[in-house]
Amino acid sequence: MTVAVATTGLAACGSSSSASGGRVTLNWYINPDGGGTNPTGGGQAQLAAECSTSNYKINVSVLPNSASDQQTQLLRRLAVGDSTVDLMSVDPAYISQFAAAGYFAPVPANMVSTFTAGRVQSSIDASTYDGKLIGVPFWANTQVLWYRKSVVAKAGLDMSKPVTWDQIIAAAQKTKTDIGVQAALYEGYSVWINALVAGAGGQIVENPSASAGDIKMGLNSAAGREAAAIIKKVATTGVGGPAMGSSEESQALTLFSTAGSSGFMVNWPYVWAALAPGAGNPVTWRNSDLGFARYPETVAGKPSAPPVGGIELAVSKYSKHTALAYQAAACITSVQHQEQYMIGTGNPASSKAVYTMPAILKAFPNGLAALISSSLDAGVPRPLSPYWGDISTGLQEKFSPPNAVNQNTAASAQSFILKVLAGKALE
Amino acid sequence: MSTVSDAAGSAAPAAKRRPVLSDRTKAERKLGWYLAGPAFIIMLAVTLYPILYAIWLSFFNYRLTDPAARKFVFLQNYVYALSDPLFWQTVETTFFIVVVTLIFELVIGMGIALVMHRIVLPRRTLRTIVLIPYSIITVVSAFAWLYAATPNLGFIDPWLHTLTFGLTDPTYNWFGGRWSSLFVICASEIWKTTPFMSLLLLAGLAQVDSSMEEAAKVDGATWWQRFYKVILPNMKGALMVAVLFRTLDAVRIYDNPQVMTGGANDTTTLSMLVGSTTVDRVEIGMGSALAVILFIIVLIIAAIFVRLFKVDLTSTGRS
Repeated sequence: MTVAVATTGLAACGSSSSASGGRVTLNWYINPDGGGTNPTGGGQAQLAAECSTSNYKINVSVLPNSASDQQTQLLRRLAVGDSTVDLMSVDPAYISQFAAAGYFAPVPANMVSTFTAGRVQSSIDASTYDGKLIGVPFWANTQVLWYRKSVVAKAGLDMSKPVTWDQIIAAAQKTKTDIGVQAALYEGYSVWINALVAGAGGQIVENPSASAGDIKMGLNSAAGREAAAIIKKVATTGVGGPAMGSSEESQALTLFSTAGSSGFMVNWPYVWAALAPGAGNPVTWRNSDLGFARYPETVAGKPSAPPVGGIELAVSKYSKHTALAYQAAACITSVQHQEQYMIGTGNPASSKAVYTMPAILKAFPNGLAALISSSLDAGVPRPLSPYWGDISTGLQEKFSPPNAVNQNTAASAQSFILKVLAGKALE
Repeated sequence: MSTVSDAAGSAAPAAKRRPVLSDRTKAERKLGWYLAGPAFIIMLAVTLYPILYAIWLSFFNYRLTDPAARKFVFLQNYVYALSDPLFWQTVETTFFIVVVTLIFELVIGMGIALVMHRIVLPRRTLRTIVLIPYSIITVVSAFAWLYAATPNLGFIDPWLHTLTFGLTDPTYNWFGGRWSSLFVICASEIWKTTPFMSLLLLAGLAQVDSSMEEAAKVDGATWWQRFYKVILPNMKGALMVAVLFRTLDAVRIYDNPQVMTGGANDTTTLSMLVGSTTVDRVEIGMGSALAVILFIIVLIIAAIFVRLFKVDLTSTGRS
């Protein structure tokens, strides 16, 4: 790994411009994580400290909490060509937008294999734009189906085989329990819609790299209608809980933690640590009654498409030290550092090798590590279109509130989004 | 055209017969230009250029992240914006907030101004106390109201529950619906800007000649008649400034609804739409068109007010 890096080390142009006599400062804009800015906190700040060398020192600046605020802040700097941005932690939701705008320095040809070898496919996909690798897969996130073994036993559902949404809705109705989902008006709702459409074999956007006027959408299709039907069913049967239309990840988790109605939930792996038995935690049944399985199928017999997220690293085109920044990215995303980061923050790694390491198997026991890894490989990212922000907002608006979703929702959402993309409608 | 002779100045057309100016007047004018000129030029530079640039940008279909696809579409953005249901919904929301807050602020502000005008003893202290809400940064007050109205966290629900002897829901979600959200937004806006209103009205009250009031009293006018026929007409200038300033402020309302609802449940205002289109969606062309529309709305309101009140803003308020 470091052999490939060493050859590019000399190509660091402009490193003499640094004030500190040869030692360059690289600015890394990080998304907030459990480590904050603490250089020993187990987060990105610690990786920055550990990856600093005699040639360069990595400074971290923390971006805002929400993905859209992160996007706004980075966009403002990149749009005016700010040369003090070197490295960025970028959410897959807007990586294509930045790539299409030409804000990223190209990945050096000799490092492509370093950044892709042994990584999960969905993470590589999310770092690719128009067939070219434009970012570095760092960590990857995916949703799994969490359930209570006692509820499943009562409903007579066999969890050893893949289950469908219809089956868990029926099981929840039968046992009078809830299914925790994310259907508030925010990005998480688009994550769910995309997983349902992709699980039915469809694509919300058919040509993600097209420009705004030429985008073709596949939402007005059998797959789009399947997705809408499932959302409608979860909402109208009441299994989505009392406040489904305003439920985000944390509300879904609260619903799932509530003893009387807890049945199922789709959510990210942080749930395992969040439900750990301990002082002040009302949930005492994690180690005995909590089960997890692959994300439910949209259509029986078609493998599900678990949602994926995570963070990719990218190097700004306007940075004065692009080669050094890529060196730093190679160090930050090394297998050891990904393992350390996964232990420190609970954010799953993008390298498959991490999932067989003893420390990870201990932190994500009973096959959870393997489930995360296989879900990541099968996962389908949200459409990697530069216009995903607008598409996502349109989806959320048209699919809200969830109990008003009907068989025409997919079609009306598609025509509305196409109008917005053409600049003919506001959202 | 207005035939009222006192509507001179900005609202009336330029006089047809130019009076011959004396040398002294000419010299005074020149001095005036020398003194005010630099400020005038700086103001043009910092306001006119961005306005013209926004108008120029509004003729394009232009995304910040896709400069190559920039396309000149002339007035198309305006056509799409003005025919969009979302645009009209934001206009409706904005003007609902404007009308409601203005009415309440005028009435309450006038009441406070009358009290402050009459009270002699702790005059300064009173004025300071009244101004406290206005001195709080809007975003901070928006957060304060947001937390106060949040169910299970704020004090509004339990207090209402207690005050109505258990009639109201102790965990009512104010931000769950459009009108209840707007109620809290308007309440916080009224709480915050009434002091500003009352201070301007107090300045107007101070201008009213007390001998006029006494004359009316001698003529047997009731308090209400004196207020309506003597005080109000004589403080028209101050009234007009207060109403105009508050209206223009309220039309541009952004921070309160942005903090409290973020535009959920159809509570997006015009400024929020401009912001989200320009900053979040980086649709610079459409965003500029919306900003220009907002600017024009503000101009129209200002023109209407000046006409309606027949007040020369450059005079001292006595028309």
